[in-house]
Amino acid sequence: MKDTTLVVAGMATLAAGTYVIRLSGQALRARITFPPRASKLLEAAAVILLAALVATTALTQGHGFAGLARPAGVLVAGVLAWRRAPFLVVVIAAAAVTALLRLAGVH
Amino acid sequence: MRSIGRTLGRATLRDIALTCLAVFVIGLSYGAIAVASKFPLWVPAAQSVLVLAGASEFLFIGIVAAGGNPIAAAAAGLLVNTRHLPYGLALPEVTGRGWRRLLGTHVMNDESVVFALAQPDLPRKRAAYWACGLGVLICWPGGATAGALIGSAVHNTSAFGLDAMFPAVILGLIVPDLRNRGTLRAALAGAAIALITTPFLPAGLPVLAALVAVLLLTREQT
Repeated sequence: MKDTTLVVAGMATLAAGTYVIRLSGQALRARITFPPRASKLLEAAAVILLAALVATTALTQGHGFAGLARPAGVLVAGVLAWRRAPFLVVVIAAAAVTALLRLAGVH
Repeated sequence: MRSIGRTLGRATLRDIALTCLAVFVIGLSYGAIAVASKFPLWVPAAQSVLVLAGASEFLFIGIVAAGGNPIAAAAAGLLVNTRHLPYGLALPEVTGRGWRRLLGTHVMNDESVVFALAQPDLPRKRAAYWACGLGVLICWPGGATAGALIGSAVHNTSAFGLDAMFPAVILGLIVPDLRNRGTLRAALAGAAIALITTPFLPAGLPVLAALVAVLLLTREQT
């Protein structure tokens, strides 16, 4: 870890900011009614962000390609999730497929 | 606890327990990945208690480990956590007042909100929210700390495929939303933008660049 002070500052920002977000939704509920379109867009924006996170963490490492084993595991997990497999099965399948591929020499 | 059990019934309690178990296992991978990315044990341990929002913590660790600025990483994490704002708007009065409100606010997460919203009436919503929220509050940091300890002992965590667990977890969480055609299209566009920009942009920014795909939705709806 490079700079402990900066990392702690980042952690504190994330923790405090997250708490404020959690609090403000409840506080606002009594006072305003969000236009349903706005809250739908906010929700969709979070999904887009998370989908991008899935794509980059599955396929890339640093600025390059992560190899085949990891995306293959994530793909299997995606198919299982789409077919409504239990969450735990989805997650463990991803690790198992990736580990087995690596064991077989695929990286 | 017994009264929560009576309010909720067996099936719901079992689902909550299984969810908490899953959270524990994901916590294991989180802790292990954090120490594998050269963070000391206290980082995932403190993060998991104080932030208590897995996706943003993984994102934070990922960006900082890739050389990104921790404050930018926190900003990216906060953006991911903005979904807690509509959660707070959607939930009925489940937390109570005083210190319960303080703690109840902190245990608002994807899982506790989903279970609360699924219940038919307020007492059951409240019981489900607290059972799942407190379960996650124990299992997430517990898993993260155990994972960090295991990760410190086992050096080659990639052999176990732990790095595939995180994207799988997030994917599992968003699949229900992706069944909506419009959202799916925007999410795929966002993912493509992030992948295309990864070789050029500094760490963390490709994921934020994906937000451009929101435009697909605004145009569609007007």
